[in-house]
Amino acid sequence: MTADTWDLVASSIGPLLSGAVRGTIPLTLISFVIGLVLALVVALARLSRRRVVSGLARAYISLIRGTPLLVQLFIIFYALPSLGLVIDPFPSAVVAFSLNVGGYAAETIRAAILSVPKGQWEAAATIGLDHTLTLRRVVLPQALRVAVPPLSNTFISLVKDTSLASTIMVTELLRKAQEIAAPTYEFMTLYVLAAVIYWLICLVLSAGQSRLERRLDRFVAH
Amino acid sequence: MTSDATTGDATSPDAGRPLVEVHGLTKSFGDLHVLRGIDLSVDRGSVTVLIGPSGSGKTTLLRCLNSLEVPEAGTVRVDDVELDLARRPTRGELKRLRATSGMVFQSHQLFPHRTALQNVTEGPVFAQRRPVAQATAEATALLAKVGLADKADAYPHELSGGQQQRVGIARALALRPRLLLFDEPTSALDPETVGEVLAVMRDLAAEGWTMVVVTHEIRFARQVADHVVFMDDGVVVEEGRPDDVLGDPRQERTRRFLQRILDPL
Repeated sequence: MTADTWDLVASSIGPLLSGAVRGTIPLTLISFVIGLVLALVVALARLSRRRVVSGLARAYISLIRGTPLLVQLFIIFYALPSLGLVIDPFPSAVVAFSLNVGGYAAETIRAAILSVPKGQWEAAATIGLDHTLTLRRVVLPQALRVAVPPLSNTFISLVKDTSLASTIMVTELLRKAQEIAAPTYEFMTLYVLAAVIYWLICLVLSAGQSRLERRLDRFVAH
Repeated sequence: MTSDATTGDATSPDAGRPLVEVHGLTKSFGDLHVLRGIDLSVDRGSVTVLIGPSGSGKTTLLRCLNSLEVPEAGTVRVDDVELDLARRPTRGELKRLRATSGMVFQSHQLFPHRTALQNVTEGPVFAQRRPVAQATAEATALLAKVGLADKADAYPHELSGGQQQRVGIARALALRPRLLLFDEPTSALDPETVGEVLAVMRDLAAEGWTMVVVTHEIRFARQVADHVVFMDDGVVVEEGRPDDVLGDPRQERTRRFLQRILDPL
């Protein structure tokens, strides 16, 4: 590599990191949190005994899982304006990613809730807990332990999926790399640099995932 | 909601009336008729043991007493709470019946993410809304009573089977129920820990708790029960004093069952 390349790396690293810190990371965090709340609601709806409620949840999950994320993103950003609904790039991306996480994580959470033995629901009922308290105090804490590994994978995937937001002009990590690369034609340097930063973020998250899993495992026999 | 009457209270005006009365109870699961017209009466402060082969309906009967199963027909009364299945019971009615009793499960069903103490305080604090300090003090005393004062901060997986089951008993007692239900409390235990659980149950009986126990422990039934009910195929075949039902059964079915249990080979 030439000295010029190193100069380019040195001068690009700042803007790229800023793209990660101001675009990729907040986009991921906000979308994941909203997506999880949505997923919990959808999972509970899916488990509902009312046909209409569980049917709606099922349709939503099917729609999200059966269509490409990029298409979902384009519909929200490029197609909704024709219906008079114009949303800025960043919030558009948040909506698309939240809906996407909501669909995928709903199935994870549903499976985790179903993994809690029926006897736990019964024991909760015999000590007088109602449905809501049973979920909050007994079932969800146990389901969480089961759900954390797959949800962590969803989270890490989301970090990388946010790069799709570059296509709707959200200034995140990949978009920054494109902007710097375009006038100089230094695509290799910039995209490799972007890849390294994504990788580092995911490494940190994987380490966090392991710690969280160990913490949640403390009440289980090994 | 739950009264302070934790044990049979001889001065109450209801003292003469049985605490539990069941009439004409039926329950099916699909085509399987598990209970086919059960009558049962449990006196205050008495221990009733339900015995019978598996599939005889004894566990289902027990679970109808706290509406974990909802019967199809008949009536269930525990103290002043009556469920008449002539019409569909509301969720509130089922809850009111359930609040009269505490239950001990075959597979303990302690909450694995809570310590022994937290398992015991969960119901009083979160369902009955009692002050935390008071519930904690009471739970600590209950754990001491079942011999687990030093295990208050242990998680269920750190306890032996017998210890887990004793926490389960403390958890049921903490509700201050009027009735204690035991569903095969020793069937899942290692043989060497069965005794410690039965000893706690014997002490509770001596204190005057009203108990209904599904069990295969014939010796426990003989020593502790006031009343033994033998069920088979969804009906009560024979009931009475333990010496009679267990010592000198009148019905052939009872005799055959006892023989199989006492002398399996």
